Amino acid sequence: MSLLEKKVSELHDLLHKKEVSVMDLVDASYARIGQVEDKVKSFLTLNEEHARQQARELDDVLAGSPGERILAGLPIALKDNISTKGLRTTSGSKILSNFDPIYDATVARKLYEAGAITIGKLNMDEFAMGSSNENSGYHVTKNPWNTDYVPGGSSGGSAASVAAGEVLFSLGSDTGGSIRQPAAYCGVVGLKPTYGLVSRFGLIAFASSLDQIGPITRTVEDNAYLLQAIAGHDHMDSTSANVEVPDYQTAFTGDIKGLRIAVPKEYLAEGVDPAVKEKVLDALKALEGQGATWEEVSLPHSKYALATYYLLSSSEASANLSRFDGVRYGVRSDNSENLLDLYKNSRSEGFGDEVKRRIMLGTFALSSGYYDAYYKKAQKVRTLIKNDFEQVFNHYDVIIGPTTPTTAFKIGEKTNDPLTMYANDILTIPVNLAGVPAISVPCGFSNGLPVGLQIIGKHFDESTIYRVASVFEQATEHHKAKPQL
Amino acid sequence: MSKFETVIGLEVHVELKTNSKIFCGCSTDFGAPSNSHTCPICLGHPGVLPVLNKEAVDFSMRAAMALNCEINREQYFDRKNYFYPDNPKAYQISQLDKPIGEHGWIEIEVNGEKKKIGITRLHLEEDAGKSTHAADGSLVDLNRQGTPLMEIVSEPDIRTPEEAYAYLEKLKAIIQYTGVSDCKMEEGSLRCDANISIRPVGQKEFGTKTELKNLNSFAFVQKGLEHEEKRQEEEILNGGEILQETRRFDEKSNKTILMRVKEGSDDYRYFPDPDLVRLSVSEEWIEKVRSEIPELPDARKARYVSEFGLPSYDAGVLTASIKMADFFEEGVKEKADPKMLSNWLMGEVSAFLNNGSKEIDETPLTPVNLAKMIKLIEDGTISSKIAKKVFKEMIENGGDPETIVKEKGLVQISDEGAIREFVVAVLDRNPQSIEDFKNGKDKAIGFLVGQVMKETKGKANPPLVNKLIAEELKKR
Repeated sequence: MSLLEKKVSELHDLLHKKEVSVMDLVDASYARIGQVEDKVKSFLTLNEEHARQQARELDDVLAGSPGERILAGLPIALKDNISTKGLRTTSGSKILSNFDPIYDATVARKLYEAGAITIGKLNMDEFAMGSSNENSGYHVTKNPWNTDYVPGGSSGGSAASVAAGEVLFSLGSDTGGSIRQPAAYCGVVGLKPTYGLVSRFGLIAFASSLDQIGPITRTVEDNAYLLQAIAGHDHMDSTSANVEVPDYQTAFTGDIKGLRIAVPKEYLAEGVDPAVKEKVLDALKALEGQGATWEEVSLPHSKYALATYYLLSSSEASANLSRFDGVRYGVRSDNSENLLDLYKNSRSEGFGDEVKRRIMLGTFALSSGYYDAYYKKAQKVRTLIKNDFEQVFNHYDVIIGPTTPTTAFKIGEKTNDPLTMYANDILTIPVNLAGVPAISVPCGFSNGLPVGLQIIGKHFDESTIYRVASVFEQATEHHKAKPQL
Repeated sequence: MSKFETVIGLEVHVELKTNSKIFCGCSTDFGAPSNSHTCPICLGHPGVLPVLNKEAVDFSMRAAMALNCEINREQYFDRKNYFYPDNPKAYQISQLDKPIGEHGWIEIEVNGEKKKIGITRLHLEEDAGKSTHAADGSLVDLNRQGTPLMEIVSEPDIRTPEEAYAYLEKLKAIIQYTGVSDCKMEEGSLRCDANISIRPVGQKEFGTKTELKNLNSFAFVQKGLEHEEKRQEEEILNGGEILQETRRFDEKSNKTILMRVKEGSDDYRYFPDPDLVRLSVSEEWIEKVRSEIPELPDARKARYVSEFGLPSYDAGVLTASIKMADFFEEGVKEKADPKMLSNWLMGEVSAFLNNGSKEIDETPLTPVNLAKMIKLIEDGTISSKIAKKVFKEMIENGGDPETIVKEKGLVQISDEGAIREFVVAVLDRNPQSIEDFKNGKDKAIGFLVGQVMKETKGKANPPLVNKLIAEELKKR
């Protein structure tokens, strides 16, 4: 068994007992990358020199007095929209192909302080716009379970690298499902925290009111360890919540007796693959076996979620992406005659099709004369969708359904049909609009591809999500399966 | 009398002198090396987020209240989208629907007539950087980017360029009194754009307006508007049409020059900035800010009239600038006669300042020293004439008037015997003047006084000189 197939707590013990060194873990990570990266292509940039340097330093420190920091010495990789000082950060876009940030994102700083070792930066759909990693400006990451299939997106590299055992865990970001959907497709555990729980400072913004950084891991327990390290109020982010962060490990009581589960009928309706539906019903049965009960409920405004999401996220994105203009950093087009040319050429050459599509959509939705009909109305519908969740959570502890309507699709299968591609996120998007937390955990396979179970919780109630996810994980064997590469 | 009425509205931008920028911790000091007061946030680097500087909200609320605005209890910031190299995020964080304050007014006085000018709104936003254009390219300095900026928009209540000037003077005085800005046009901490249209007298609808830019002093605002109202009138009388234009005031020719014709209105695609949270302004907050507003110019002016017996005009001039008013009050505290002090401030001091385009705190003159000098005049130690010499030394090089008087030997000669000697000598040398005087030419006395003063290097007590010359003339 490879070192990187162990859990956080196990590796921490091994480091404590000096049975392995930090360098051993870093070696194991780069060795695995050497073996499988050609097939999976999770990474955009490797940080080997610095990672080894940091490993040497940590081994010296840990030799003196064993650290209490649970993540110290453990290899992690970050989605490439998380700013890392001096380490190229492209957000999956050609327009930032030469960009080395001058500061660390808050999460990157926290991980550094926790002693985690950044192995590299992970592939993603350009500016997190996509569900398959096919919109990366660089290359397509492959699904480790079947390399003809997409890993999902936009945090495709984050999910694939963990599934392929290249790193112990990773960070992704989730605007409309970008952590949970690739986690589901790659058979790993991915959490989108409550909006405001994790600082967005240093996350290259796609849609500011929806974006949230979250952990991708192989087990639920590891997920809680990683969230613990990155959660908490940050004075650099006005939208970061000033709430007490609980000790998530205390959530693992193993007890869900009396838990009230809501299952939205909209989440098991037409459009959801029967095989996926079957796995979700199996999961509910397993949870019933542990003492939970479930009932069907309705989230009546779910049908408007997709349209609402694409109006709001594209509107915000159209402003967020305006700073990429070739003037101060990033790629500047050569041969521009004047300022307007410089803008047009740099952006035309630097952005991919999907990004341009969303910028145009957002620009249109915010335009004078259309603002009320699109942006403003979408904000109102967002409130209705939030209310749907609040209603349900008045009577239930968690909401459960599939993470995605289908398992992973083939590379190239949907690239010519953006709307079908968008529909992939139909079960994850309402969660971002409501700002609540949700996790995707493996709940079986269909045709050799993983199926994800989505567990949605109340605002800042990640603990309950972890408790339920962990009970499910312990009661089943799904998380033990490993892709053959 | 013109058949047209002029309608003017002013947009004034005022930089707040907070310690740090509005959304990051960088300094707002003026004059630092280019791009040295910057960080990833004000440089607009990928992934950065704004955090609102509370002091900027406090300051702008204080200004808004001093301008009689109603404070919005719920506020938020919007993104105003436009591309320009000195706007690094390609959007400016500003306030559209819920500004700091609305529905304010200030009172101006032109030719003895008082008038209220409405203030539509005062909102808070971030300043842009500064572009410098040269033949071989353009340079951007982002030191100013993110400096908190108030935009104060007047109602179209102003009817003459003179009123516009008075409005700006009053606005500047009030804001300076509140202490939230220096309002230095030469450093760009106060900037003004003017909208102007004309319409036939009696017509209710506004005419098409033009916007004037590059107005670098209040005097140029007035001149630009004077030229522009004339230009519009001529255009209309010649059968032409006023277009919605942006025009630049040219200081050399005193003319406005077309920059661009506006086609429709710019679409800035405003929407609430999702990176900032909504601002709820509590009554306690408002009351706390209100308690920080000092006595404002009109109140001080009234007090100077009632407390010190100054003429209303004098009180108005002194209180037009807080520095002058503060100087005056310091001087009065030092027991200077208020009227004499006021005369010196409005006369010699103002003349000196205007000559060198200086502010009073940029000279070494102190209220203590000026008050002392006035006391020296009052007790007869120096004459008013000598005082001018002492004053010149004090305002140019500083120093205590008593020391200056001693060192330069400027003490007034009030010894009758000593002066009489000078008088006798002067009369002896000027028989013709004595002749003239006897023939009824009173002017001759003036000449003789002048001669005595010259002989005594101006130190002789002038009333005494007059008295003794009269006495000595009688003897001849």
